[in-house]
Amino acid sequence: MQIMVNGSPTDVAAATLAAVLDELGYGGATVATAVNEAFVPATRRNLALSPGDRLEIVAPRQGG
Amino acid sequence: MRFYGTEIASRLMLGTAQYPSPAVLAEAFRRSGAGIATVSVRREAGGEKAGAAFWDLVRELGVSLLPNTAGCHSVREAVTTAQMARELFGTSWIKLEVIGHTDTLQPDPFALVEAARILTEEGFQVFPYTTEDVVLADRLLNAGCEVLMPWGAPIGTGLGLTNIYGLRTLRAQFPDVPMVVDAGLGLPSQAAMAMEMGYDAVLLNTAVAKAGDPAAMAEGFARAVEAGRLAFEADPMEPRDMAAPSTPVIGKAFLS
Repeated sequence: MQIMVNGSPTDVAAATLAAVLDELGYGGATVATAVNEAFVPATRRNLALSPGDRLEIVAPRQGG
Repeated sequence: MRFYGTEIASRLMLGTAQYPSPAVLAEAFRRSGAGIATVSVRREAGGEKAGAAFWDLVRELGVSLLPNTAGCHSVREAVTTAQMARELFGTSWIKLEVIGHTDTLQPDPFALVEAARILTEEGFQVFPYTTEDVVLADRLLNAGCEVLMPWGAPIGTGLGLTNIYGLRTLRAQFPDVPMVVDAGLGLPSQAAMAMEMGYDAVLLNTAVAKAGDPAAMAEGFARAVEAGRLAFEADPMEPRDMAAPSTPVIGKAFLS
């Protein structure tokens, strides 16, 4: 299915958030996620994704 | 000085953005003695691992972390960003920015209060980036904020304290609320002035990161903050219009 990952259309085979993160190379990375503008805690990454879902994946960065 | 019950040794808070290198950032923090570092969350690509590298760097600074919601323009965006930051950085502290104007980066006061209320209800300890407006300050306190962070000037301008009257009024209106002048400072003298006015701390980033020698500027700000605080605690003299000789007049030799 195709979903949006950080603003880019992305084809994924996996069906859950956790599996998509693994598929896209985030395994073990220090990241937080939101799906369709709503925060999804790390404890709820068994969330099933649907075509067209908007996934945001963020990590710690410099800030002022 | 305490923020939400946490004792902070330094009254200088420093951002982590825009430094020429991680090594310069670390040296600037060392010479600043800052006790709090602001950080953010941003998109990461798969396999990038930049977040992990930055996370390692800031942990080695040995300071408390204050994640921000920089760049957010709506309540929902700010709340979701704060939730992601809390998970990533393991702190309930959040520097709440809800920007209302693109050119000035002025906060959206209505969205700021609403986001502060929601986040407080969710257990966050909110540090709102606000203006010197006393009515807005009152609303933020009612929404649950226990710290206020009025701007000195628009972010990144280095203009210093552009509304001294407003900042003095805000300080006087809420004497017991911890307040940080956040944003717009360009020189240590401006930080000293904020501290002399009774502000509890200052938060800056660009003034240090974009200086020719960031570490030296960081130390300059540290000394200014300390000097300004000492002056405030020392109860400064009142200015007066007419000159008054400091050397005693009595006993002067009569020589004319």
